Amino acid sequence: MAQQIDARGLSCPQPVVLTQQAIADGERSITVTVSSSVSKENVIRILERNGYTTDSRDDGDDIVVSGNK
Amino acid sequence: MKNILSTRWGIILAGALIGTIAVSLQFLGNPPNMGVCVACFERDIAGALGLHRADVVQYLRPEIMGFVIGAFFISLALGDYKPRGGSSTLIRFFLGVFAMCGALVFLGCPWRALLRLAGGDLNALLGIAGLIVGIAIGVVFLKKGFSLGRAYPLKKAAGWIFPAVMLGLFLLLAFQVSFSEGGPVFFSQKGPGSQKANLYISLAAGLVIGAIAQRSRFCTMGSLRDIILTRDTHLVSGIGSLLVFAFIFNLIYGQFNPGFEGQPIAHTDHLWNFLGMTLSGLAYALAGGCPGRQLILSGEGDNDAAVFVTGMIVGAGIAHNFSAASSPKGVGAFGPAMVVIGIVFCLIVGFTMRDRMKA
Repeated sequence: MAQQIDARGLSCPQPVVLTQQAIADGERSITVTVSSSVSKENVIRILERNGYTTDSRDDGDDIVVSGNK
Repeated sequence: MKNILSTRWGIILAGALIGTIAVSLQFLGNPPNMGVCVACFERDIAGALGLHRADVVQYLRPEIMGFVIGAFFISLALGDYKPRGGSSTLIRFFLGVFAMCGALVFLGCPWRALLRLAGGDLNALLGIAGLIVGIAIGVVFLKKGFSLGRAYPLKKAAGWIFPAVMLGLFLLLAFQVSFSEGGPVFFSQKGPGSQKANLYISLAAGLVIGAIAQRSRFCTMGSLRDIILTRDTHLVSGIGSLLVFAFIFNLIYGQFNPGFEGQPIAHTDHLWNFLGMTLSGLAYALAGGCPGRQLILSGEGDNDAAVFVTGMIVGAGIAHNFSAASSPKGVGAFGPAMVVIGIVFCLIVGFTMRDRMKA
């Protein structure tokens, strides 16, 4: 079961901070919902730097980023 | 579509362009070591509108309008335009006010701190050190769950307001409107406010920088914050590039004069250069962006960022009216008091605005 993070509407860098915590908790599968392409890029960057393979898709006005390793 | 400017080379290119354009604007008439300074230029706008009466710093700077309008059009064209708002509006307003107070004690925003250093002004080192300390304090709060809460999507038209205000300011500038005898709009006859590149060159420079900064997500505060927070060096390559290119072009233009004394629009009070920028850095970190970035976000439709910018413009009025702004002669009589009040405010905000860390 992937850890779900709802980071919609949160400003920089809170989506990254939340993702970082999930990474630190050793989650192997993380899903982050964000509201802007900036947050998407930032979340993807921290996931990939930590060895996750990432994917993203639009969900209405939001963007869902998933990371797995 | 792949966003080339958000790659590592993209952000380096963005920094190079901003640095080059900034010092070129100095060469073309903008104040020394102030090719583009968001804080200084917003202060000039505040003065032009009569929010303060420091007659040497009054001009409707077209660069600022260009940043917002450039970011507005490129975000509209490429899908980043998302009107949003509603995240701790009044707190963001006062973060803007105090960020400006700190910036006017040091005499510059982070962009200008880099431009000052690139021009040889070593006082900037104290400011940059203060900026790093302020951001580091902000990072501690962020790690403890600091949050100003979520922003929510707004109607499309909500995002037009701030670009429209900027367009209005541009019309006031283009037509040099006078509202009454001896009244606004004020334009400095001497001092930094009278030093300016050609209006249309400045506007074009602002539009280009606005568009590039929007695509690349260029942010000085963010670059230092990311290093402290996540060891991510992506954004900092942009400010490194800005510094290098501004330095090289300063050498080419003969604008490089190293030293502490006699630097343009700067003072040598090390303590308050440091603490002024500590306040600003903390305020930027809590608000989520440096002044330049806040302008870009305003253009993308972020009403919270626009409130921060408005706070900065009002803050400039407060800083000058209440003798808190510095001048080349030194720190203003109430500058230190304002910095202390601002830091106390930011610390209270940092300690009290916290979410549980589970999303």
